[in-house]
Amino acid sequence: MFQTSAQSRIGTRSLTTWYRSGGLSAVLFAVPLVLTFLYFSWGPIVRGLVLSFQKNNLVTPAEWVGMANFSYVLTDPQLPQAALNTLYFAALALVFGFPVPLFLAVFVSELRTTGWLYNVLSYLPAVVPPVAAILLWTFFYDPSAAGVFNSILGWFGIGPFAWLNSQSLAMPAIVLEATWAGAGATSIIYLAALTGVRTELYEAAELDGAGIWSRIWHVTLPQIRGIIFIMMLLQLIGTFQVFTEPFLFTGGGPNNATTTILLLIYRYAFVNGDFGAATALSVLLAAVLCLLSIAYHFVTRRWSTT
Amino acid sequence: MSHERGIISTKDRHRTTVRYGLPAIQVLLFIGVLVAGVGPLLWLLKSGVSTSQDILSGPMQLWPSGIQLKNIPDAWNRVQIGAYLGNTAIIALGSMVSTLFVCTTGAFVLSVLRPKWGPIVTGAVLATLFLPGVISLVPLYMTILKMPVLGISLQNTFWAVWLPSAAGAFNVLVMKRYFDSIPRELIEAARIDGAGNLRMFTSLILPLSKPIVGVVALLTVIGSWKDYLWPLLVLPDPKLQPISVALPRVAKTTEISLQMSALFLAVLIPVVLFLVFQKQFLKGVGMSGGIKE
Repeated sequence: MFQTSAQSRIGTRSLTTWYRSGGLSAVLFAVPLVLTFLYFSWGPIVRGLVLSFQKNNLVTPAEWVGMANFSYVLTDPQLPQAALNTLYFAALALVFGFPVPLFLAVFVSELRTTGWLYNVLSYLPAVVPPVAAILLWTFFYDPSAAGVFNSILGWFGIGPFAWLNSQSLAMPAIVLEATWAGAGATSIIYLAALTGVRTELYEAAELDGAGIWSRIWHVTLPQIRGIIFIMMLLQLIGTFQVFTEPFLFTGGGPNNATTTILLLIYRYAFVNGDFGAATALSVLLAAVLCLLSIAYHFVTRRWSTT
Repeated sequence: MSHERGIISTKDRHRTTVRYGLPAIQVLLFIGVLVAGVGPLLWLLKSGVSTSQDILSGPMQLWPSGIQLKNIPDAWNRVQIGAYLGNTAIIALGSMVSTLFVCTTGAFVLSVLRPKWGPIVTGAVLATLFLPGVISLVPLYMTILKMPVLGISLQNTFWAVWLPSAAGAFNVLVMKRYFDSIPRELIEAARIDGAGNLRMFTSLILPLSKPIVGVVALLTVIGSWKDYLWPLLVLPDPKLQPISVALPRVAKTTEISLQMSALFLAVLIPVVLFLVFQKQFLKGVGMSGGIKE
């Protein structure tokens, strides 16, 4: 308040130079980013951490409950089942969904004139709105003998199967649809990576007597290793947070055979109104995923240096 | 040979196994993608104009007993597929605009203007990249119900979908990395010519970044097109819901034939758009992989 005139002059001068050098406009340009991230990214993350230690149902005022949410969530008898289901989904999605697009991409990259046709056709399922696709497939999975899949299998004398109504088949059925919907997009990404493969190495490998398969295994795949690992990690992170498919196909049934962690979070928050428990479980899942990507990062880095 | 060689050489192509094996795999794979890609769509086309009874009793019959063309206009009017598709488009385009606005201006500051506090912001944005989205699902929902400081609710407004989609670390960092690759000499030259920050942004940086802006726009539209849980939570009003949220709700109350024609219409428009723009589309999706690396 009682600044000397010399001090304030220095203050104004540095403020003017700051203004002249574009300091103010830099702040203005940063406003949209900082505001949206404060409201919709940084804020909610911090709030989520706080919320997981509170009892909150949006009606009564929030109160601190310490670790009660975590102990409630961890002792919920549904959690082991949901965790296993999520792991099962991730594993099945990896087994079904990983080799198909890779094989398709490597094959299509060998076709010179008709490759685009394969791309367009295999990408078509990805264009179908996912919810429309799920509703359509629910109908395909009709458990009666006149259902679409059951009548196709019936031509070969197989079935009929209960599909989504069967405790053992429901999850594979969901993964099959997810693979159908996702394979085309993944294949396109691999294909783009394959255009960067150095082809002169094929010549060398062939002269060394490498067959077609060993050329793919030793020359093609190592060169797109980076993108393969990234896609694998993204797929894992995505499948651990799967919601739409089990929610719409089965709602978690039959007998909780398809209840995933995210479905459990949804039930805590939006069915039971227990926001504290829901965020506690979200925080736990996020921590696991974080550890997973860090571990993955270190493992793949060690591989790529050797 | 004028074109680049691939894995299989000309010599290989003369071997018998390759000569007959390759076309065989080619045909099998073609049938595979044809059945997987076009099969469900054709089935939907047939079922969309069939009677409920035909769909239920003989879903795999090649020819339905009677064609009910009036299903299509019925679905358009009674199920209001058109309105829901409109909402979907509004949500996707709005998300795209807000995402592009935030990530281009933000990346401009962090990459070109480089203020002293820039690295802190970059670090804070980068940190969120490693946190999966699930952590903020519930608190984000509560933020929408009552915005902190402002005290207003965004529920049942399109802002509830547009704004959170703009807070994506991936897009900001991708954009920043692209801006980083623009030669500094160009920026210095523009400065010497007396261009202010705004002019530099609109007449130099943005025109140079068209490819990456296109890819981010495409990925945002695809992402918002696929989203289900978020719009389900923040848009309970049926009048505002996108097709993904509306379809399962409608499906519970309408008869099967109408349901199938509604699905058909919901699928038809994106498929036609995709077939028209397939070249740009596939190129954009392919580029997204290179970005992720």
